[in-house]
Amino acid sequence: MVQKTFNYKELQNRPERLAPGHRMCAGCGGTIAVRNVLKALHPGDKAVVGNATGCLEVSSYMYPYTAYEDSYIHNAFENAGATLSGVETAYHALKKRGKIKDNYKFITFGGDGGTYDIGMQSLSGAMERGHDLVYVCYDNGAYMNTGIQRSSATPQFADTTTTPSGTQSDGKPQGRKDLAAIMAAHNIPYVAQTTFIGNMKDLYVKSDRAIYTPGPAFLNIMAPCPRGWKYDAPDIIEICKLGVETCYWPLFEVAEGRWLLNYEPKKKLPIEDFLKKQGRFKHLFKPGSEDLIAAFQAEVDRRWEELLTRCNA
Amino acid sequence: MLKTRMSGNEAVAHAIRQINPDVMPAFPITPSTEIPQFVASMIANGEIDTEFIPVESEHSSMSAAIGSSAAGARTLTATSSCGLAFMWEVLYVAASSRLPIAMAVVNRGLTGPLNINAEHSDSMGARDSGWLQIYAENNQEVYDNFLQAYRIAEHPDVKLPIMICQDGFITSHAVENITLWDDDKMKKFVGEYEPRHYLLKEDEVMAVGPYAGSPYCMEAKKAQAEAMKRAKQVILDVAKEFEEITGQSYGFFEGYRLDDAEYAVVAIGSVCGTAKDAVDAMRERGLRAGLLKIRVFRPFPAQEIASALKNCRAIAIMDRSEGYNAVGGPLGAEVTAALYRAGAQAKVVNIMYGLSGRDVRVKDMEKIYDNLVKLGDGEQVYSETCPYVGLRE
Repeated sequence: MVQKTFNYKELQNRPERLAPGHRMCAGCGGTIAVRNVLKALHPGDKAVVGNATGCLEVSSYMYPYTAYEDSYIHNAFENAGATLSGVETAYHALKKRGKIKDNYKFITFGGDGGTYDIGMQSLSGAMERGHDLVYVCYDNGAYMNTGIQRSSATPQFADTTTTPSGTQSDGKPQGRKDLAAIMAAHNIPYVAQTTFIGNMKDLYVKSDRAIYTPGPAFLNIMAPCPRGWKYDAPDIIEICKLGVETCYWPLFEVAEGRWLLNYEPKKKLPIEDFLKKQGRFKHLFKPGSEDLIAAFQAEVDRRWEELLTRCNA
Repeated sequence: MLKTRMSGNEAVAHAIRQINPDVMPAFPITPSTEIPQFVASMIANGEIDTEFIPVESEHSSMSAAIGSSAAGARTLTATSSCGLAFMWEVLYVAASSRLPIAMAVVNRGLTGPLNINAEHSDSMGARDSGWLQIYAENNQEVYDNFLQAYRIAEHPDVKLPIMICQDGFITSHAVENITLWDDDKMKKFVGEYEPRHYLLKEDEVMAVGPYAGSPYCMEAKKAQAEAMKRAKQVILDVAKEFEEITGQSYGFFEGYRLDDAEYAVVAIGSVCGTAKDAVDAMRERGLRAGLLKIRVFRPFPAQEIASALKNCRAIAIMDRSEGYNAVGGPLGAEVTAALYRAGAQAKVVNIMYGLSGRDVRVKDMEKIYDNLVKLGDGEQVYSETCPYVGLRE
């Protein structure tokens, strides 16, 4: 059952499902995402956690150590959706035949590489077929595990190792794919976009809804990467806040086809505030690059207006 | 017991009906498409209650099968050709995760050019993926092999996935006589799947699919290799038990008039029916011809094959899959290596046949036996290392 109220204290007292001692970087957004999504599981509920290949996988289940308190499966890079659909279907088959008694929830994590790009087909199939599972994308906007190569989630003009800025390059030429909208177009019961804001209320509430709404659910979580975004690790929460306040990363959800904006900044901050904290956009602040920032701002504005139209429809 | 007639695909579906596995993810591809269709229709009519996952690709089919099997469910899928190739990456994950998934492979050539007919390039391409591979000559064999599949794959000494292969169209679609075994006897023979560890086990949690660094990974691979070796005895034990119930006899291979043969053909699959007719014709002419039909290709029964061929003067090893290594095909390489290790002195030729469904006639096989006699006499019969039969002039 979806939880109606948010009780911060109760949530903090829930047992950790991601054990300490894993090898993710200090200041890694992916880890914050996993830890807090799993905390949204009601105490006593069992879960199988899935994972696409990526930083998270190679740092949280390095044989013979696992950081997961629940059963866990990693298969390959591009098939977290299909893998968990197999687990979820096996659950129904075994339950139907009386071979298992417990109730399980199914949650899988993928980075933007394993989700937006190589795993897109597998994800789309799993969502379309209606498996009762949650796919969580921890979106750090590049292939960080292999060393910061661009993905279709990388924002325009970002400096990555395959879209380096240089005398003949402004960084990544293309803009971001809007995956949350693509998932919403699957007409699944629940899609939400969130990040780490305040006391994580938005993340908890959306995780709770995603896990406890029957049927497929998709969460897109902006999860900054200190190595790829080139920021000082303690700045992660400030960067997330600026992502939301500049409307670069709006907080919204699509429940049963209805678009709902969860937060509208009183005063939309200029995109420079978000960009200037990150080394990957450093070249945009060189004299003569003003048009690039203006172009970035125009695209943020266009997408924000489009979202407002969807939410006010 | 029921004597009837059906195609190879129907025979596999009949075995699936008798087993009633827990989960089947599948994606259609000619010529294996009928198998998931039959299963879906058996589910729709309440004959079985397997959970069917209509996945969006073969990669997802095998990925979902891995999830399902790891979760503790008896799982199967079916595919052919490019579908199997698309699964290639995760075939290794299934095998190294020691998941006893059964896969009905209906052999068809890999694309280049696109073709839908019988060839072994698909499953031969996956020969080193860690899957058990059992091949059939006809519908009866593929039915019997599928009934034995889970007993072998799920055995605690093995715990490896298994491909049950048959030739596309020639076996999968041709309707032939078949004997079906009683449901209750087969259900009892196959039994229930009771894995020791699985994701959904009530009193334990489990993690599957680690990153394993150099200090651990090689040991896992060695353990997997040992399981493949142990599978040999399990395959024989399961076949013996199956024979006690059905009277059908199976081993690593079938020797047809092989005991006293001087000239032997080694082959896999439906061509063996044609070869048997040629053996009979050659024997009528007084030639000691024989056939070794390989049933189990993984694990590869190298010593047993060499031993069965030890009295031969000349041997033709038939490949329905190009190795593109400029010397021949995979069966040619492996059988020749087995003979060399056993110190055999026989003359050997590797022959390429039946690619992309090219028909092979009895007279083609007779010609091969005629050439084997010359080869045994030391004559230079073939100008190529790996001659093709049935190629248009």
